[in-house]
Amino acid sequence: MARKISMKLAINEAIDQEMSRDPTVIMMGEDIVGGAGGEGEKDAWGGVLGVTKGLYAKHGDRLLDTPLSESAYIGAAIGAAACGMRPIAELMFIDFMGVCFDQIFNQAAKFRYMFGGKAETPVVIRAMVGAGFRAAAQHSQMLTPLFTHIPGLKVVCPSTPYDTKGLLIQSIRDNDPVIFCEHKNLYGFEGDVPEKSYTVPFGEASVVRDGKDVSIVAYGLMVHRALEAAALLAKEGIEAEVIDLRTLSPLDIDTVLESVEKTGRLVCVDEASPRCNIATDISAQVAMQAFGALKAQIEMVTPPHVPVPFSPALEDLYIPGGPQIADAARRTMKKGKT
Amino acid sequence: MADHPFPLSKDELLAAYRRMRTIREFEERLHIDFGRGDIPGFVHLYAGEEAAAVGIMLHLHDGDRIASTHRGHGHCIAKGVDVTAMMKEIYGKKGGSCEGKGGSMHIADLSKGMMGANGILGAGAPLACGAALAAKYRAKKGQPSDVAISFVGDGASNQGTFLESLNLAAVWDLPAIFVVENNGYAESTSRDYGTAVDSYVDRAAGFGLPGVTVDGTDFFAVYEAAGEVIRRAREGGGPSLLECKMVRFHGHFEGDAQTYRAKGELEDIRANRDCLSTFKAAITGAKVVTDAELQAIDHEVLGLIERAVTAAKAAPLPTAADLTTDVYVRY
Repeated sequence: MARKISMKLAINEAIDQEMSRDPTVIMMGEDIVGGAGGEGEKDAWGGVLGVTKGLYAKHGDRLLDTPLSESAYIGAAIGAAACGMRPIAELMFIDFMGVCFDQIFNQAAKFRYMFGGKAETPVVIRAMVGAGFRAAAQHSQMLTPLFTHIPGLKVVCPSTPYDTKGLLIQSIRDNDPVIFCEHKNLYGFEGDVPEKSYTVPFGEASVVRDGKDVSIVAYGLMVHRALEAAALLAKEGIEAEVIDLRTLSPLDIDTVLESVEKTGRLVCVDEASPRCNIATDISAQVAMQAFGALKAQIEMVTPPHVPVPFSPALEDLYIPGGPQIADAARRTMKKGKT
Repeated sequence: MADHPFPLSKDELLAAYRRMRTIREFEERLHIDFGRGDIPGFVHLYAGEEAAAVGIMLHLHDGDRIASTHRGHGHCIAKGVDVTAMMKEIYGKKGGSCEGKGGSMHIADLSKGMMGANGILGAGAPLACGAALAAKYRAKKGQPSDVAISFVGDGASNQGTFLESLNLAAVWDLPAIFVVENNGYAESTSRDYGTAVDSYVDRAAGFGLPGVTVDGTDFFAVYEAAGEVIRRAREGGGPSLLECKMVRFHGHFEGDAQTYRAKGELEDIRANRDCLSTFKAAITGAKVVTDAELQAIDHEVLGLIERAVTAAKAAPLPTAADLTTDVYVRY
């Protein structure tokens, strides 16, 4: 098998295979085809970064370019989902959710509950997340905690092409609204991806590196930074276990707890702003459920509580890096019980 | 058709009257029971506006979808949602349309094409676009399609979601109808204060949609105009806007003292702009139906509402086990 493709292609392939399999899967978004109504090339863009390029040729009008009207088309995707379709809506940058959030958190997220379990809203909202693209404060945020906070939404943020394809197919087949977060700095990251269709289940974290000394919990791009940290620590004789959460809602806290029971030390890494984020949530749950297993205080590694800066000099300081995570692990190794 | 001036048969006229009368009795009964403290939460009543809901909904079947507003009871009843299940819902009971989890502001019955009352003003318009898009996909070539109707008040007509949806529906050529229920008030604020343009037909034109304004207290005017825009949508002619000028017999919500109204305004609209009285006068005046026939319906409707209230009061409350179900596919 050993076919390596990028995360970008893994997304494209997942959508392609699901559209071929299920005629109720449709896709809409701004410039997801590109060039609509013009005299030039059809399928001119395939999304701003070309993720959906080529799908129009295969699936035609089931891919719908939209006006620049996030409230209207995200709402339309949700409405169509409530009427038997399985729409995938691309929000481009997750930062744009501010203009259409009502449709996501007051409508899609609540239909099942508010209507007494009699409604299903199988919609996937794909959006780019994360910093490092020199895209500044309004095109670089993580925002995963905002969606994770809302009951009724599922939140996915993969770190590898393999997980991306499997989790996206799972998202499309899932009968709840899913916020599918794609780290734009991982689009070019390559990995083994089977050509056949497959799913990766929600709510199952992945232990991507075994270790006995300290548990490092991360998701998205930060998984790779955590692995860098683990490599640094290994040179010092510290064996870090790295856990990739993969889905933030539902959350696999059991895998984290089992790891902490083994290592007694925890570093939570999050690219989202530090207050009320995934790292604070994991920290609180571990403190409540595995306090006795902890040998030292929990460490967190996040950006500072500031908007994402533009200048490359500042943005590089903003994003947590491997050395920072390694430092946090060293701090916890020096403290507390042995 | 028949030997009378109306576009409906005698049986259909009686059915229309029954639906309007059911809405009126349902709402007036809620007004009383809310005042007694029997009903929790926020309640927004549709009394006075019945001709619009019924005049439009008579053209629809269960496959057609509607996205309603916070003032949604009338839309529900007109669309065929079970009155007893609705009453249970408003009382917060098990067996309600939404098992007591939605309440007055979120009553829905997707099996009837009723996609929910909505606590967020203007939020239904994008959802109706989605329903219309789904209908367009489902439609068989050359066959009329299902349609979707978005209701907004004159207040919510100023929401960005509504305006974006007009454009999206026009761009995608959707089988959608946008009904502006203009009752003159956005909550307590007059329509003229909050909306610069006089005519919603002009606003529709600005988005490339045909529009029509009717007297929403005139059942036949609504019925005829709605028939036209719905037929156009079904046959692939695209979206339209329908403005119904109407009156609201109660406040924005129950408990609203309505001090913003002119002196004598409420008495005046009840005396002179009651859509039910107008309808009754028209059909009895033309000697198509008799007062006795209408009184018999009034009597039946009273019994229906009374039984619904009794059933709602007797229905069990949801329990702790219900609190955490229905959030996800598997909780």
